Amino acid sequence: MGSTALPGGTVSGVWAWLSDPKHWTGDDGVPHRLIEHLVISGWALLIAAVVALPFAIAAGHVGRGGAVLAAIGNVGRAIPTYAVIVILALTDQVGVGALAVVLALALFALPPLLVNSYVAVREVDPDVKDAARGMGMTGGQMLRRVELPLAFPLAFAGFRTATVQVVATATFGSLVGAGTLGQIIINGFSVNNYDQMYAGVVVVAVVCLACDGGLAVVQRLVGRRWGQSARRPAGLRGRRGPGGSPPAGLAAAEALATLPAGAR
Amino acid sequence: MDNTFSGPPNPWLSWTWVHNHAAELGTALQQHVTITLAAMAMALLASFPLALVARRFRRTEAPILAVAGILYTVPSLALIAALVPWLGLTQWPVVVALAIYAVLVLVRNLVVGLDDVPADVVDAARGMGLSRTRILWRVELPLALPAVMAGVRVATVSTIGLLTIGGYLGVGGFGNLITEGLQLTVGRAQVVTASLCCVALALLADAALLGIQRFLTPWARRRSPAAP
Repeated sequence: MGSTALPGGTVSGVWAWLSDPKHWTGDDGVPHRLIEHLVISGWALLIAAVVALPFAIAAGHVGRGGAVLAAIGNVGRAIPTYAVIVILALTDQVGVGALAVVLALALFALPPLLVNSYVAVREVDPDVKDAARGMGMTGGQMLRRVELPLAFPLAFAGFRTATVQVVATATFGSLVGAGTLGQIIINGFSVNNYDQMYAGVVVVAVVCLACDGGLAVVQRLVGRRWGQSARRPAGLRGRRGPGGSPPAGLAAAEALATLPAGAR
Repeated sequence: MDNTFSGPPNPWLSWTWVHNHAAELGTALQQHVTITLAAMAMALLASFPLALVARRFRRTEAPILAVAGILYTVPSLALIAALVPWLGLTQWPVVVALAIYAVLVLVRNLVVGLDDVPADVVDAARGMGLSRTRILWRVELPLALPAVMAGVRVATVSTIGLLTIGGYLGVGGFGNLITEGLQLTVGRAQVVTASLCCVALALLADAALLGIQRFLTPWARRRSPAAP
């Protein structure tokens, strides 16, 4: 098993690369690349969240703008992330490096954050909102004490989608001089060291899967803590009762909210 | 930066560039379409049997979707790189990687679409003496078509965008022009034009597939509210 042949390398060669201490220190080492990767991802998510959440929550609170958000999501899917990174890298203001990647990733993290948060706030059971209004809550109180807590699980699902997408796409940073874990793959590739290339693929895959898995666990805890009881029983897929049709645009936004992350 | 430096003009959009490179854009378009079609054909061929197995043997549904989901989580750069030693420095690693991504979307939508077919309709078809295969082809698949086509549209649009990363390997398509433009001293017009072509192709493909869906499901068109 140890020397199982892979085309261009061996399993033991990949293991040897991964277990060599010199690949775990210095600027080319896995830890440094991982830090580059996570710093870029973190900034991109932070920027995207700061931009997206106020808009989405406001739109969900007043219940308008679903069609626009769905359109943003659709167009976003058609724009290649790689193209945006390269275009930003060619500008005088940004140039090659980490900033181009951060900005591009933030841009592509917007649709899942916008759509999920919007649908989450919009979908809070109208009866619950009526009750809150009946108790004399103002719009702001209702938003803070009723809508946001109830919206949290679904909004968190959007955050998970965005995060997994950002962490995966950050590998493109290696193509515009921003390092990241993708650099291990690219470097192995450029010197035909397929053992290193496979090792890079393993590290990247493990980080992405761990990120997705970790957030899945958190999502389950969040769902249990906040519960879905005050939400429509049928949840996202629920129909609006006999004869009722969803408000314009919301159906499209709902469909988007349940899709997996876009191209990366 | 130093504003006194003035290199050669490097505009973002230039008709002269488009005019001088029309042939390259044409080649890129043709390659982009060919690779996308190959990936989607491969994905459809793989996802039909997978979806049918997942429905016939319910216990396999979760593992099939889990494996597809895990592969979907692996970034394109890593998946393509991992496939190069097996398939050579050709367009095949990119085709297979893109097909793998599309499979998750297609299988999910096929299973959901087939599950949403009303049981009464299937019962009626069985009562008319239709065989299982005929029920699948004549009743279930046509009724699942809107969900299936929604998956095909999403997968196609994603594939067209994702294919640009193949430019790193020089597999052809608009990604080649984008990667090349990054290295040129005056590459802006090339990168922006290729990117816009790519977006336009994705939106056109989406619209075309929607048209095909409408054509294939005339009953859905008739049921939808009348146009103003």
